[in-house]
Amino acid sequence: MGNPRTLFDKIWDSHVVATQEDGTNLLYIDRHMVHEVTSPQAFEGLRNSGRKVRAPGQTLAVADHNVPTTDRSKGIENEESRIQVETLVQNTADFGVPYFPVEDVRQGVVHIVGPEQGFTLPGMTIVCGDSHTATHGAFGSLAFGIGTSEVEHVLATQTLLQKPAKNMLITVEGELAPGVTAKDITMEIIGRIGTAGGTGYVIEYAGSAIRDLSMEGRMTICNMAIEGGARAGIIAPDEKTFAYVKGRPMAPKGDAWEKAVAYWSTLPSDEGATYDHEIHIKAEDIAPVVTWGTSPEDVVAITDTVPNPKDSADPNKAAAMERALAYMGLTAGTPMTDVEIDKVFIGSCTNGRIEDLRAAAKIAEGQQVADGVHAMVVPGSGLVKMQAEEEGLDKVFKAAGFDWREPGCSMCLAMNDDKLKPGERCASTSNRNFEGRQGRDSRTHLVSPAMAAASAIKGKLADVREFI
Amino acid sequence: MDKFTTLTGIAAPLDLINIDTDMIIPKQFLKTIHRTGLGKNLFDEMRYESDGSPKADFVLNKEPYTGAQILVAGDNFGCGSSREHAPWALLDFGIRCVIAPSFADIFYNNCFKNGILPIKLPREVIDSLMEKANRGGNATFTIDLENQKVVDPDGKEYAFDVDEFRRHCLLNGLDDIGLTLQKSDKIESYEEARKEQAPWVFGASA
Ligand code: SF4
Repeated sequence: MGNPRTLFDKIWDSHVVATQEDGTNLLYIDRHMVHEVTSPQAFEGLRNSGRKVRAPGQTLAVADHNVPTTDRSKGIENEESRIQVETLVQNTADFGVPYFPVEDVRQGVVHIVGPEQGFTLPGMTIVCGDSHTATHGAFGSLAFGIGTSEVEHVLATQTLLQKPAKNMLITVEGELAPGVTAKDITMEIIGRIGTAGGTGYVIEYAGSAIRDLSMEGRMTICNMAIEGGARAGIIAPDEKTFAYVKGRPMAPKGDAWEKAVAYWSTLPSDEGATYDHEIHIKAEDIAPVVTWGTSPEDVVAITDTVPNPKDSADPNKAAAMERALAYMGLTAGTPMTDVEIDKVFIGSCTNGRIEDLRAAAKIAEGQQVADGVHAMVVPGSGLVKMQAEEEGLDKVFKAAGFDWREPGCSMCLAMNDDKLKPGERCASTSNRNFEGRQGRDSRTHLVSPAMAAASAIKGKLADVREFI
Repeated sequence: MDKFTTLTGIAAPLDLINIDTDMIIPKQFLKTIHRTGLGKNLFDEMRYESDGSPKADFVLNKEPYTGAQILVAGDNFGCGSSREHAPWALLDFGIRCVIAPSFADIFYNNCFKNGILPIKLPREVIDSLMEKANRGGNATFTIDLENQKVVDPDGKEYAFDVDEFRRHCLLNGLDDIGLTLQKSDKIESYEEARKEQAPWVFGASA
């Protein structure tokens, strides 16, 4: 037996193809997901140098960022968006890459589609030209976002040049209080470590509160690892993971399944494995949270007030807070639950899965969206939408005055027509509250799906505990 | 990719922390299918009013910074989205070097792939460089990658660290893919071995 190793170490070691003198590894990539925004220049590069895609069977493409969330049959009105999607169709056809068309029920946000199809599996290296690739780490795989040059590198060679990351362990032990969800855990962590706290690390999330989460919840946790600056988030695979994966279209079957489960069961970190950094959090210390500013680290409990820059000891931080308050149109000291909203967005690769829609519908049931608020529900994929409709969630939402839409990234980044007008304020289940993220001069407050639904009903940022 | 050896140019100060890639190039400009042409929209929302007129107080709208080739910025530069449009926009504007106390990983990586040199220096050094970058026409810095040093307008030198392999690629303008393809035999033997161990990895989506 060698030294005890972490989950990350094991995956890393099993994917090293070659090592350079300076310690840079040539790392084998098992899965590559491709979308329309970060791939055109990569395919163009291949074409210009006469290269082909090395492993189309390990690659999967889908358009999500630009697609309209209204009736698909009319096509895409915005010319640039349409060209980008058409370019993906053409590129995947030319290079033989499997592609789910926009009208296909399997279409959706790339990070929801991968797990749904069983394309995402434990113990793998998974990349995509998208920072929220971290989502797939919930399966005990090493999943990280890459730039377009690296997309081209993976298409051509099925490898990447990488240096190993450092290991960080974050444990959350104990039971969550009522109304507290995976989204609150992951936002609380970012609030504590800051958006650069994870730089250079892969974060392994562990502890009983993480184990108790469903796969959907674990995906929400890992999804936002990048918001804490980490290269990836990762959670040890267990029976829940295997149960989720089993029977999915691209998952192994028969003997291969048995063999795979045996292999995946060896992956969790060894007893005595050490980490470069550890953080331990008690589940009961976490409240339902909301962001007040323009960085995902600007987290407060919903029962708190807008913080005061004067209370910050760091002048750089105080200046950033001043700027954020001015941008958000907020005054220090205002209770968060007094903040009125114009829009609500429920969806994205953070919270666009079936469990998220169920949580929101549970709050919405029998209630009415406040006057003057527009509340959108955008399922993460066509299959999520179908499942929700089978369960009657669409009816619950519609009866409560929510707008039930077609799948895609939508107002998470507002590349299609779904965007906030300047100055509009939104309670959003997405992952980024950056300046301009949901439209020019848009104001975003990140929350869990249940909190978003509660806010829609109140017309203000709301504490979900009033509804349970 | 263009080589990077030495660079002498105007350095623009941008004294903000957590400058994310949405700020560097907002999403409405990600609809392009080309790498070039993004420079005019670099820092679009900070740089222009909603009617498209330039904001007079934004640094890159002021002379001589309209011709800046170097950017000096605060902590955690380039955080957020993985979009390589961020370095493309910087490059298209003419910026070949960003100096900051720290960078987000993906952005840092993306810079090297596009011939941009990101330099990490301690906060105190950045404070001093920021002040010197504020000197308008005299804010000329020299970046010497061969000798790994920054020379400020007063002739003061600061050594910086850079990964040896990345330095080599930048100095010689080398393309990673070409280098990796030379190792095709190693990739093939890896795949053969992995097919035995984990056959489900292969051909899943085809
Ligand atoms: S849902 Fe949002 S964060 Fe997720 S891939 Fe789409 S744009 Fe990115």
